[in-house]
Amino acid sequence: MYVYDEHDRQMMAERVAQFRDQTTRALAGELAEDEFLPLRLQNGLYIQRLAPMLRICVPYGMLRSVQLRRLARITRDYDKGYAHFTTRQNVQLNWPDLEDVPDILAELAEVEMHANQTSGNCIRNTTTDQFAAVQSDELVDPRPYCEIIRQWSTFHPEFAFLPRKFKVAVNASEQTDRAAIRVHDIGLQIVRNEAGELGFRVHVGGGLGRTPMVAPVIREFLPELDLLTYLEAVLRVYNRYGRRDNKFKARIKILVKALTPEGFAEKVETEWAHIKDSPTRLTPEAIERIQGYFTEPDYAALDNATDLLAQQRFENRGFDQWLQHNVDTHKKPGYAIVSLTMKKTGTPPGDVTDRQLEQIADLADEFSFGEVRVTHQQNVVLADVPQNRLLELWQELGPMGFGTANLNTLTDIICCPGGDFCALANAKSIPVADAIQRRFDNLDFLYDLGEIDLNISGCMNACGHHHVGNIGVLGVDKKGQEFYQVSLGGSSQHDASIGKILGPSFAQDDMPDVIAKIIDVYVNKRTDEESFLDTYRRVGIDPFKERVYA
Amino acid sequence: MPDIIFRDGSIRQNQWVVVPRPDSGESLNIPGHQRALIPADLWLAGREHFVGREDIGVWFDSHDEPEILADHVNELPLIAVNFPKFSDGRGYSIGRLLRERFGFKNELRAIGDVLLDQLQFMKRCGFDTYELRPDKDIRKAARSLNFFSQGYQAATDTDLPLFRRRAS
Repeated sequence: MYVYDEHDRQMMAERVAQFRDQTTRALAGELAEDEFLPLRLQNGLYIQRLAPMLRICVPYGMLRSVQLRRLARITRDYDKGYAHFTTRQNVQLNWPDLEDVPDILAELAEVEMHANQTSGNCIRNTTTDQFAAVQSDELVDPRPYCEIIRQWSTFHPEFAFLPRKFKVAVNASEQTDRAAIRVHDIGLQIVRNEAGELGFRVHVGGGLGRTPMVAPVIREFLPELDLLTYLEAVLRVYNRYGRRDNKFKARIKILVKALTPEGFAEKVETEWAHIKDSPTRLTPEAIERIQGYFTEPDYAALDNATDLLAQQRFENRGFDQWLQHNVDTHKKPGYAIVSLTMKKTGTPPGDVTDRQLEQIADLADEFSFGEVRVTHQQNVVLADVPQNRLLELWQELGPMGFGTANLNTLTDIICCPGGDFCALANAKSIPVADAIQRRFDNLDFLYDLGEIDLNISGCMNACGHHHVGNIGVLGVDKKGQEFYQVSLGGSSQHDASIGKILGPSFAQDDMPDVIAKIIDVYVNKRTDEESFLDTYRRVGIDPFKERVYA
Repeated sequence: MPDIIFRDGSIRQNQWVVVPRPDSGESLNIPGHQRALIPADLWLAGREHFVGREDIGVWFDSHDEPEILADHVNELPLIAVNFPKFSDGRGYSIGRLLRERFGFKNELRAIGDVLLDQLQFMKRCGFDTYELRPDKDIRKAARSLNFFSQGYQAATDTDLPLFRRRAS
């Protein structure tokens, strides 16, 4: 994992001092509200419905145990003793005081954390696959490229006031896309060309929000060393020509659509031709240097514990279910990837207490080289667990509340904080998630249904990624009443698609029934091997419509 | 006229007046006794008349294309870029293009909705003077210009992004 050197440390300290100065001026009335707004947003600070909200950056989802313990302490000292894992692999505090934020940032800086550019119209945290470097089907570890992008985008002087927010995601797996790159402003798929050289397939102009779009390919192959100059060209074209007259049309996807992908690509190529050999061009040494931080942990030489696990599974059904659903295959023999689910019914998806943060830190130290990864599905991954200790880990997880064996099932819901917390929300989302989780409390039934992404957003801004849920739920406001619109058929995978709206929206109380009817249709129509998405794609939306609105 | 901040943090008297774009049908009204900044496209249209004059510079608005002066930038003693609203970031790209692409060597000035917290970005994008919005405290400018002792990227102020400095 990346470790700061004296340059990073100095700039982060300077950033804290700068924000302290800005906060002082804001509190003294020297900065108008609209002038302070982009400054505080670019330090992660929103003013929310009930209190400020601080979004802390977790670069590409990686956290060390010492950082988790510091987060726990901060939630105790400055907040109400809990935090929230977001759908952007970040962490949010819901109740800090504005005057305390510079102190919180200083405490974060001590453990190499920050809240830079977690909000505002700038380049946000670059995200990637939570299984980076531990799965067998990836070309290379994507995280060094994320770190290179992090450094390039941090305090970039030209791109601090873009037309709108800007999100980059990187994926290196050939089979799966856990980073949902095609619904990002820039999605980078790491590929090799015919000559065997490493590079990126560049997608530009995806996104959710009001006008969801799947990003088209702008360049089939971008050589590795050209990464930053090309990003700079894309950003410069966007900064100059992206719309600034209408907030809802300001994302790069609108520009790409207006110019057509070909027209946009041509503009980028023209700009890039001027700067591709500039000093921003990466060097092999620079990449190797960053890669040097992402070396393999000190794996023991283990064999797969196949027999042991088979016996343990036979003796313990709960362990068997958990292993089947929450544990993934690791590239190293004898190791496993474990997902801790933050989706226990009765707790808002992604919420963790200070004590739980410390427990996760302890688990990381004990079982997984002291590191964890936060996922955009709001879960936490222990990436390097020895197989012969899985049972022991599972036994510890249960009482902590991270052992619900529902990963990737209907109740592993992605859910934004919604109207309970967020000033932007039209409707509450947490109670809807809770009601659905309560309705579908039979694990065997959930397993029989297989993988289903159910995503809930409390408003158009789509923090809950409802457009790309196999089942998407969007909170809408109808004359002051909260209603919920349902869409079907979304996917954030390589075959990314935007869900189709089922029809008129529903009252909150009806939502569990509506979901149950949708599931009924799937169960009746599916063939043996079909997932929910397969069935939907085969039979279309009509059978669902007929049943739900019957 | 309000004073001007220089990139070293010093504050000096402003010598230049910005001449707004005339309404259609109206002619450009350049004051006789003062150095004046006129809209860049109008300067280009009357280039034969203006070239060589040390008391005439130009200004670009944020939606203007600096490309129109690509071959002529160094015929001008001063180019200003207007930030109509501090949240409009197009001027940073214009600054870098004027400096890095067209090789402008003379004074580059930020005008308009210029606030303290933009100064650091403007400095890195090649601006060397700044006309702060008059209601802001100009004495705080030097501090705002110097919060950061270095940056990660190459920009107008340095050819060495941090990854190249680390390698040396």
